[in-house]
Amino acid sequence: METAVETSMDIALGHYLVVAAILFAIGVAGIFLNRKNLIVILMSIELMLLAVNINFVAFSQFLGDLTGQVFAFMILTVAAAEAAIGLAILVTFFRNRGDISVDDASAMKN
Amino acid sequence: MNFAEIMFYIFATLTIGSGLMVIFSRNPVHSVLFLIFAFINTAGLFVLMGAEYLAMLLVVVYVGAVAVLFLFVVMMLDIDFAELKGGMVKIAPLGVPVAVALLVELGLVVGTWAFPKNAELARVHPYFTGAETSAVLDGPNNTEALGLILYTDYVHYFQIAGMILLVAMIGAILLTFRERKGIKKQDVAAQVGRNREDSYEILRPASGEGIKGKGA
Repeated sequence: METAVETSMDIALGHYLVVAAILFAIGVAGIFLNRKNLIVILMSIELMLLAVNINFVAFSQFLGDLTGQVFAFMILTVAAAEAAIGLAILVTFFRNRGDISVDDASAMKN
Repeated sequence: MNFAEIMFYIFATLTIGSGLMVIFSRNPVHSVLFLIFAFINTAGLFVLMGAEYLAMLLVVVYVGAVAVLFLFVVMMLDIDFAELKGGMVKIAPLGVPVAVALLVELGLVVGTWAFPKNAELARVHPYFTGAETSAVLDGPNNTEALGLILYTDYVHYFQIAGMILLVAMIGAILLTFRERKGIKKQDVAAQVGRNREDSYEILRPASGEGIKGKGA
């Protein structure tokens, strides 16, 4: 009982959850506000995944169960893969169109 | 207010501030740099939560690899970013209320949820009974404890994570690969595939006739 729970009492779980919630909302706002700029949209997604990771680690520490940290580890893996694939698609898109505006990404419609 | 609380508020403020700068800065290079700063501060929060391994992983993998990848792409693409910023004011009446509504919802969840006491948690998780649960929790440090369960209980998830990274790597290489025409490049198959008949012939030109062979 001396490990995680006792040290967590000075900063409550709720503090971390609020930080994560604010960061997640910033990510959502970023997707809307920068809807033309694909790179910033990708960065907003990274921010949202980071917020989710904060939640997982906070609950992991609160419950004294390392499973949450293992799950955060998997999220980091998927986020890294997503960033690599997303940027590769972005580079290909730029080569083909000469632009990265999301408005141009409607070639399939025509 | 003790040291940990002060550090928490510093890290939390800087994380949220740099998160805001990521989405509001005019120059995408600044956005990437603020993203790196947000990751570093989150790593600080992870250290405060006792997740040292994930904190270091965040610094090494994100700051060292992913954020630098973003930086490369931003600098490589020749784009007029000021033009892409144009629609921000137009979409703000939709985007800001959605984000604020989501924040209020999450705030209500956190604010109204009664945090269970240890006695109540004991019903859902054996750790809170104070009884001996597993050797993992008493491990000497976070990294070793994480390693003890990651390579045993979660070894299949670990392998799947490796497969995901492999597929992502192959996919990224395949997507950005392009074969260039007209460059001088060694073609080993063509070199090995040469045979005697295609490569040369022996001619015995008669005097005054000139050469009428393949190479002429």
